[in-house]
Amino acid sequence: MNRQTSIPALRHADAKERLVVIGNGMAGCRAVEEILALEPDRWAITIFGAEPRVNYNRIMLSPVLAGEKSFDEIVINSAEWYSDNGITLVSGDPVVHIDRAAQQVVSRAGRIESYDRLLIATGSDPFVIPVPGKDLPGVVTFRDLDDVETMLAAAEASSKAVVIGGGLLGLEAAHGLSLRGMTVTVVHLMPTLMERQLDEAAGYLLKSELEARGMTILTGADTAEIVEIDGHVGGVRLKDGTEIPADLVVMAVGIRPNGALAKAGGLEVERGIIVDDDMVTSDPAILAVGECVQHRGACYGLVAPIWEMCRALAAGLAAQPKGYSGSVTSTKLKVSGVDLFSAGDFSGGEGCEDIVMRDAARGIYKRVVVRDDKVIGVVLYGDTQDGNWYFDLLRQQQDVSDIREALIFGQAFAAGGALADPNAAVAALSDDAEICGCNGVSKGKVVACINGGAASLDAVRAGCKASASCGSCTDLVERLLALTLGDAVEESAKTICGCTSFGHDDVRRAIVERGFRSIPEVMQELHWSTPDGCSKCRPALNYYLLCAWPGEYVDDQKSRFVNERLHANIQKDGTYSVVPRMWGGITNPRELRAIADVVERYDARMVKVTGGQRLDIFGIRKEDLPAVWADLNAAGMVSGHAYGKSLRTVKTCVGSEWCRFGTQDSTGLGVKLEQMSWGSWMPHKFKMAVSGCPRNCAEATIKDFGVVCVDSGYELHIGGNGGIKVRATDLLTRVATEEEALEHCAAFVQLYREDAWYLERTAPWLERKGLAWIKAQLYDDPGAVKALASRFLYSQQFMQDDPWAQRAAGDRADLHSHVGRITAGPPPGGARLAMEPAE
Amino acid sequence: MSADWVSVCGVDAIEPGMAGTVPVDGADEIAIFHTSGGAFYALVNKCPHKGGPLSQGIVHGDSVSCPLHNWRISLLSGQALGEDKGCTPTIPLKIEAGQVWLDRAAILARAGA
Repeated sequence: MNRQTSIPALRHADAKERLVVIGNGMAGCRAVEEILALEPDRWAITIFGAEPRVNYNRIMLSPVLAGEKSFDEIVINSAEWYSDNGITLVSGDPVVHIDRAAQQVVSRAGRIESYDRLLIATGSDPFVIPVPGKDLPGVVTFRDLDDVETMLAAAEASSKAVVIGGGLLGLEAAHGLSLRGMTVTVVHLMPTLMERQLDEAAGYLLKSELEARGMTILTGADTAEIVEIDGHVGGVRLKDGTEIPADLVVMAVGIRPNGALAKAGGLEVERGIIVDDDMVTSDPAILAVGECVQHRGACYGLVAPIWEMCRALAAGLAAQPKGYSGSVTSTKLKVSGVDLFSAGDFSGGEGCEDIVMRDAARGIYKRVVVRDDKVIGVVLYGDTQDGNWYFDLLRQQQDVSDIREALIFGQAFAAGGALADPNAAVAALSDDAEICGCNGVSKGKVVACINGGAASLDAVRAGCKASASCGSCTDLVERLLALTLGDAVEESAKTICGCTSFGHDDVRRAIVERGFRSIPEVMQELHWSTPDGCSKCRPALNYYLLCAWPGEYVDDQKSRFVNERLHANIQKDGTYSVVPRMWGGITNPRELRAIADVVERYDARMVKVTGGQRLDIFGIRKEDLPAVWADLNAAGMVSGHAYGKSLRTVKTCVGSEWCRFGTQDSTGLGVKLEQMSWGSWMPHKFKMAVSGCPRNCAEATIKDFGVVCVDSGYELHIGGNGGIKVRATDLLTRVATEEEALEHCAAFVQLYREDAWYLERTAPWLERKGLAWIKAQLYDDPGAVKALASRFLYSQQFMQDDPWAQRAAGDRADLHSHVGRITAGPPPGGARLAMEPAE
Repeated sequence: MSADWVSVCGVDAIEPGMAGTVPVDGADEIAIFHTSGGAFYALVNKCPHKGGPLSQGIVHGDSVSCPLHNWRISLLSGQALGEDKGCTPTIPLKIEAGQVWLDRAAILARAGA
């Protein structure tokens, strides 16, 4: 409650007014400097500081930790500055109480100081996540010199550190500790490092760089507790059960404005201390500045806005108000050798356009976001030379329509004017100019290749290798094609999608040969033209990586179609259908009862026998799926993968056990085939069947892989399809035993998995490659079947983990619940809305 | 234009690149999208084509591909992109104090109250 309306007048003419500053940090001292610059003689100043030392540059603590600077080098205001300006410094004795009625502050030691104006600059506190063990010796934050000294002492005595938090501060701490010889693991809750400043692509580059320096970076990692060993930190345990040994744990998950003292004094405080544009709080005699304030709804944790606040504060105090109107901020990571710059808003928005440039060879990613012909955001990695130029364009809201074409190439290029037409620039290159750095191909060679008959990008790649490796010169080669041939340029083979100039085969080969391990890595190295791909390339890349690195690659749920993300089939009304696996089409009373119970318990509107010999339960809501699965699991059933680009069913007839015509145990083989191959992800859905005799009741000759049993053994058929375009299978081979049938099946499936394009069924794949090619792959080399089959079985050991059981046990509960709910409130006063927390 | 915001969830409730759903009594469910670039958007959770739940689609850039027939919908405008024609209503949204807020009036208008 603020009843004070005027400031008491001076007590007598020649006495100075008393300014008391709470906080001897960067904001408090900078504000005092600004005040002294405007009115050198007006104030008698007293500064209270909690730390027992003079003011130092807190943002330079990282270099101190890293051993790149000493404490003396980061002191801003030495003891002389205080005495020269007649400032009384009370250090190591923080203010504990503000008495606004008496206009006095009281320190912890009991010192009472009266003020005419009070300036609060209490900064912020590190946020400590409330996990068990947070108070153990060896757990520190990264906020002041004491923290740094604790860390340095730990680095000398011990070897392993965990940094919780992969933001700016956390990474700088990790870097420093790593340079001091510690083995460092960074645990970050979000999937992307520094997610507030970086997009996924830049986050990936940063992660790779830090890993290359020997740090371990765990993203999407949630800390469960800090483990104690002998009364000291022993490690960190994550919610997924992983335990990381550590002698030192640094909490760097964020900061919170420190408004406690102000709040206790009765000032208006929300997240921070509320201030107006002149940095005045709800009490006109009290000002506040820095990380402790909340201005127009925003709190700042960076230094540039604080300098702007200090200027506005001093101007307002001197009755020449300038007003602070908020800041656009930019970030640079202080990790030596890592060039990273981000500013403004790069999260997209109405009418935003992304301009992306990637140069894999030099490890560069640049993204400039433009709206209404103005730069509104920029992320630079690897080459931050133009950061300030972009930041200026951004802050000045300069119209960039004239330089838009060349904007991404930076200031030198954009200012070049004449070179702003990329075609003219390419035409102007000399014949010796290198076009393709990877393969050392000059412009002259490319043009000669084109004049020699190469009329498409693919033909140039095949003819002279230009753009055949990393692809970063694709644009140049295409321009040369256009300049040389005009309209006669031929379209190249289909690319995966509009995000890339590469086709499926190129991408698959690159993943394996160059060892790409993640979607952002593929996009960076192969020069994707969009920040995060599209609904065509993302699922394809996810599959290719999964296939190339079994047991290692972590499936990206964001890149999965809904059915594969929710492990059920979406229906036109938004509900799902659920198909439990029935091995070889065989079921029993227990399974049927469980299915019947589920149908009744969850009001499923229909149960249908599928063409693949199992039961489909329709009309389940996404929220009920985990419970449905738990019930089905309890009866011994697992996911039927009826929703996936994966093994669907193995259809069988009853075979020799019952049928008078049966030649072999077709149901038995069907069950074995299904048990071997269930759970495997494929380029597309994959169906199998086993018929017990050539009457073929299981319709094996329209399946992706079909077995027809005969007296002498088993005929193996491939590439059939019963869909839009019916295709009967081709006979692959005949084998004598079940074991051989299983091994050939595994080999064929693996060949399909490793070679086909994503979303290509076996039928079109076989027609594209030819039966002869497939037979050659399997049988030319006598060891090929065994090698392919063993790769398949190796991969299967990671795949045969029932996804339903994982979800039923609570995995990814977020995918099955609402984030909130809006209910109509009681009618008085018209319709109202009330909030309920999510279930 | 009076600000009348209702907070629905924390910003951490939705992983970047994904969407969350908010059922509304007496009106269409709302989908809240969190792009991998970090932006948040709210749309009625219905594709203009056949009413598919957009929240379940793949989010890329500032658009989402409907899970039913792969229509691409702009998260900014709700407009179908490419050859397709149609529009899904958008709900004004803001991020403040670590929370996602929706415009109460826009929700009420949808509820036909």
